[in-house]
Amino acid sequence: MSERVLMKGNEALAEAALRAGCRFFAGYPITPQTEILEYLSWRMDEVGGSYTQAESELAAVNMVFGAASGGARALTTSSGPGFSLKQEGISYLCASDLPAVIVNVMRIGSGLGDIAQGQGDYWQMTRGGGHGDYRTIVLAPNSVQENADLTYLAFDLAEKYRHPVLMASDAAIGQMIEAVELPEFKEHDIDKFDWSVKGGKITEKYRKIQNIFYSMGPAYEDFLREKYAKMEAEEQRWESTAVEDAELVFVAFGISSRVCEEAVEGARAKGLKVGLIRPITLYPFPVKAFEEAKKVKAFMTNEMNLLAQMTDDVRLATGCKIPVYHSGSIFSISDTQELIARAEEVIRAAKGGDRT
Amino acid sequence: MKLKAPERVTFNKSGFCPGCGHGVAGRLIAEVAEEMGLADKLITTVDVACGSLHLEDWHFDTVMAAHGRTLVTAIGLKKVRKDNPVLAYYGDGAGYAIGMAETIHAGLRNDNVIAIVVNNAIYGMTGGQMAPTTLPGQKTTSSPYGKDAARFGKPFRIEDAYSGFDIGYLARGALVGAANINRAKKMIRKAFEKHMDNQGLCYVELLSPCPTNWNLAPLKAKGFLLDEMTKHFPLGEFKGGDAK
Repeated sequence: MSERVLMKGNEALAEAALRAGCRFFAGYPITPQTEILEYLSWRMDEVGGSYTQAESELAAVNMVFGAASGGARALTTSSGPGFSLKQEGISYLCASDLPAVIVNVMRIGSGLGDIAQGQGDYWQMTRGGGHGDYRTIVLAPNSVQENADLTYLAFDLAEKYRHPVLMASDAAIGQMIEAVELPEFKEHDIDKFDWSVKGGKITEKYRKIQNIFYSMGPAYEDFLREKYAKMEAEEQRWESTAVEDAELVFVAFGISSRVCEEAVEGARAKGLKVGLIRPITLYPFPVKAFEEAKKVKAFMTNEMNLLAQMTDDVRLATGCKIPVYHSGSIFSISDTQELIARAEEVIRAAKGGDRT
Repeated sequence: MKLKAPERVTFNKSGFCPGCGHGVAGRLIAEVAEEMGLADKLITTVDVACGSLHLEDWHFDTVMAAHGRTLVTAIGLKKVRKDNPVLAYYGDGAGYAIGMAETIHAGLRNDNVIAIVVNNAIYGMTGGQMAPTTLPGQKTTSSPYGKDAARFGKPFRIEDAYSGFDIGYLARGALVGAANINRAKKMIRKAFEKHMDNQGLCYVELLSPCPTNWNLAPLKAKGFLLDEMTKHFPLGEFKGGDAK
């Protein structure tokens, strides 16, 4: 039976992970992720799982690598600088075909940056932030409810593809408190996989967790192509608002999308044909969503970064045929009225007026 | 004298150089696991360097970890598979350079895994560079005039670093000569026994010759190990020991 409770985003995420059958967590304190670690420090014991506060993010993600090798549903979480340290482990998880969930509660800036919400890790998260030839599914919640729902889903997707899944949360979603309906508890059988290490008799083939191309040889190339093709075919997720007749379509994820929802409402009230595509998966990017925008004259991403990171993906999704604008700031969540004004300008320019 | 290869060491082609200690260490671990009836349950983690070659000659479920993370990978694994003995196998570069934080904190937490650390005083897989264990004056490819201990430090000794920690077992053996090898086996057995008794971190460092990267013939390498290495790395038990 599901329950409806008032929870902080980070705590809802942590609780949902346990309900998805996650029984291993290792992490390191960093703002604005820390409540996940704090919550699990007592709650993991209650459900009979294993919790470790590790000496570093590197140690934590490699503990997750070990737990995942053993067939467990395993989680590690971090923010910004700490998430960079996770990249070693994420690359190894991909190479070794292991499921795991890694959460980045994004904060602003490169280097130390600061603890406020940001979306500057878009490229790092969607392009494969570590070394080598890989990407991972990236889920972008925009509410406390989705922090719970997408975490619950993340473990299933990780298992479906034997591949790590990343969560692109941010400080705003992590810190805010909203009503959330928690998913039901699910049992995970640690012995259900044939590939996980568990020991065996001498007559059994022994299992090796390593870069799988060592054992696969040339077949690895097709294996990898098919894995990513399947993700791109089956896992695109998004939400569209008033897109069909829209002349300007905002593209925004996470906390920015909530401002854009309001901007769409406000713009429509002024008679402006404005819509919103909200990617829920950042990879695979929901290119299918863009087919619905038949009257669109321009797209505008709203992201909390200055390099307009997501505009690359919007251009690719539309074959570079339609102008893509960027709005946003690294220091604050956009203002709804300003977004409506930008939308009006861009629509006027697209119809042959002054370029904005 | 009865000689029998352990079942768990396969006859797959081995990647180890002639005169290397890894093969001996791998055999001792397999013998102990079989003699104790633990071979069906044992899971190992190996590092990326020479020790990873056991992936081909060990018949155990094995995880190849990132360099220096072999110990924490084993720790994560043990926490979710409490009924399995879990052994981390890696070298001195992994444990005492890139994985030093992991080494120290595993000792601080007294994590419940077996660590077998092969110390050959250099980086073997990459061709013999200076390591934190390299002896003062020892020539390596990255200390061609001999290691200057004033610049790079004295050889790192795990018994000093772990001196204040309450870990299950700590010993150092050597993989040359029948007497030393038998003694090393007893240390490995003691580590397994204490591990099965959940006594925490059970740690055995094994001095190993590396004739290839020391540029010494196997017998000379044995001499270097016994005459020079043991001056800096005394053999014996440091914690939890009574193995003879």
